[in-house]
Amino acid sequence: MKLDEFTSTFNKLPGALPVWHGTVDATQFRSLCEQAVHAGGRLVALWGSDESAREARYALHVLLVTATGLLCLTVPVSAERPVYPDISDLFPAASRMQRAVADLLGLHATGADDQRKWLRHASWPGSVHPLRKDFDGNTVFQTETDAYPFVTVSGDGVHEIPVGPVHAGTIEPGHFRFSIIGDRVLRLEERLGYKHKGIEKRFESMSLEQGAKLAGRVSGDSTVAYAWAYAMAAESIAGIAPPDQALWLRALFLERERIHNHLGDLGYLGNDVALAFGFAQFWILKEQVLRNNAMLFGHRYLMDKIIPGGVTVGLKMQDKRVIEEECSMLERELAVLRSIYEEHAGAQDRFIGAGCVAPPLAAQLGLCGLPGRASAQAWDARVQPPCVPYDKLDVQMATHRNGDVAARVTVRFDELFESLRLQREILINLIGGDELALPVKQLSGNALGIGLVEGWRGEVMVALHTDALGNLGRVHPHDPSWQNWPVLEHAILNNIVPDFPLINKSFNLSYAGQDL
Amino acid sequence: MYQIIRQILKTGIKTETPPQADDALRVETQRLQEKILRHVGRALTIRHVDAGSCNGCELEIHALNNAYYNIEGLGIRFVASPRHADMLLVTGPVARHMEIALKRTYDAVPEPKLVVAVGDCGCDGGLFGESYASCGRISNVIPVDVAVPGCPPTPIALMQAILTAITSGGESG
Repeated sequence: MKLDEFTSTFNKLPGALPVWHGTVDATQFRSLCEQAVHAGGRLVALWGSDESAREARYALHVLLVTATGLLCLTVPVSAERPVYPDISDLFPAASRMQRAVADLLGLHATGADDQRKWLRHASWPGSVHPLRKDFDGNTVFQTETDAYPFVTVSGDGVHEIPVGPVHAGTIEPGHFRFSIIGDRVLRLEERLGYKHKGIEKRFESMSLEQGAKLAGRVSGDSTVAYAWAYAMAAESIAGIAPPDQALWLRALFLERERIHNHLGDLGYLGNDVALAFGFAQFWILKEQVLRNNAMLFGHRYLMDKIIPGGVTVGLKMQDKRVIEEECSMLERELAVLRSIYEEHAGAQDRFIGAGCVAPPLAAQLGLCGLPGRASAQAWDARVQPPCVPYDKLDVQMATHRNGDVAARVTVRFDELFESLRLQREILINLIGGDELALPVKQLSGNALGIGLVEGWRGEVMVALHTDALGNLGRVHPHDPSWQNWPVLEHAILNNIVPDFPLINKSFNLSYAGQDL
Repeated sequence: MYQIIRQILKTGIKTETPPQADDALRVETQRLQEKILRHVGRALTIRHVDAGSCNGCELEIHALNNAYYNIEGLGIRFVASPRHADMLLVTGPVARHMEIALKRTYDAVPEPKLVVAVGDCGCDGGLFGESYASCGRISNVIPVDVAVPGCPPTPIALMQAILTAITSGGESG
């Protein structure tokens, strides 16, 4: 089958996204993935599911972005031979996702180079697969030792620095194994999964409403993006479109989430190059945004404000002024701070050239989201495909070619100014009205819904499969950090160890979102 | 440099008055508290441990350091090593993969020590509960002195919890 035929061969899922879904055999799956990569397509996510209620025992799913639209492929996998074709040679980012599928479901990618465990440490044995339906999520195993075979680098004067899981700061836990010579990094190997707390298994016992709360806590700093993606997936299955007012409010919330996170990161990037002034200034601005969130919407981070069917809180017309004034204040302050950052020789000396990911490498490895755009990967789910209401907003994507810390700083500034512009546009479109949400009744059975939202880090996806009765059969939330963590291992090469905190911060990837 | 100084002067002082300690947050009376007050006075060092949170609580812990809450102005400082710490500020639920790391971090803190469990998940496991992958609340893994609910708890609530933990029952309120 030819890739460009999918829009006529496969079913288009209802809802906000142009996404087609088809069930294919292993050969077709591999062939379509090959065609997609050659046509410049990207892998958004790869996940598995237990289909014991249906014919095939298991299934493997991928979501691809192509020029024509989003393509979701499902490959049935048998219980006797639980394997599917490896695609990590086509999409390197698939490697860890495939390893996670092996840990959680016991489905294996034939021929994959790296078959080591990934999300599993010592809390459950390798013979147990938590996402299988016959596994009781409350089973607790005796903790064993986690023997993980790191790749070692040898040679005269080469030594290792193990860091984590508990880091020297207010950061999420993860382990970094540096192989260094002198101060220079020869290799970095990440070991993540410390925060794995069984989110996907948890979803299976939840109602649609409870699931919305859990989705908003996959990665707390991206609560709006996850809640929206989850709602989008549910609304696709339910076949409903939320009221216009709710869609505009969702976009407003998403831009406010982008603004407060970018402000926080720019502050910390200053802090990491000994410009404490930057931290103080940006975090004053961030606090003001959070306080306005609390005052206008009742929560500093806007948790639980997006639900399937709409939103739970509106904006009073007289309160538009608060956001308009905040926009003006931020535009004014950011202009000053940007010029200070750009003219500060010490800061620029550390920013420029550090942690560089050249555009060809970024393209090959599938770097996405904000760091992707700083390395010339011009993708933004607000633009392609533009989901409502962004199709009415003409979002200006921020990109850069240098791919270093300085480029990621620049893209953050550009995106901040754009988000402020978008907020004003959104306010114009918010014309009031009482209807904030439509009721979502029971979802139809054996259905699939996909939600994709450009969070501040990058594209956040939620795939929702219902069981025969229309309950949450399988929910897979996907963070862009899956794609970007492996690229960080390349970004640090030949940099010095003391620059790692700065480079790491410039990506600011999620641990919770990938550990699940 | 001129621009920086001008911006600092224009910004002025944002720091607000800290909240009072709250007795309701105390989960158990600690005989150590008097001792700690004697030892640490008003200089307290905190080691934060994320034992499996969604990263929401961390946002508010970061905010404690901003100019509005200015926790360092109260003599309270976040340190890089548990060996330098008087208090652990732990967010959770405790992922089973973090159980050993959390216990080891706790053991590395010199006596006398305090533990503040942060957030709904730290208090009772929250939405994640207990499962094959989650130990649930912090006190299931290490002893906890004060637990502060909230999803996430606001910086003010966090400051209250920290101040509650270091002030003995009689002196607070």
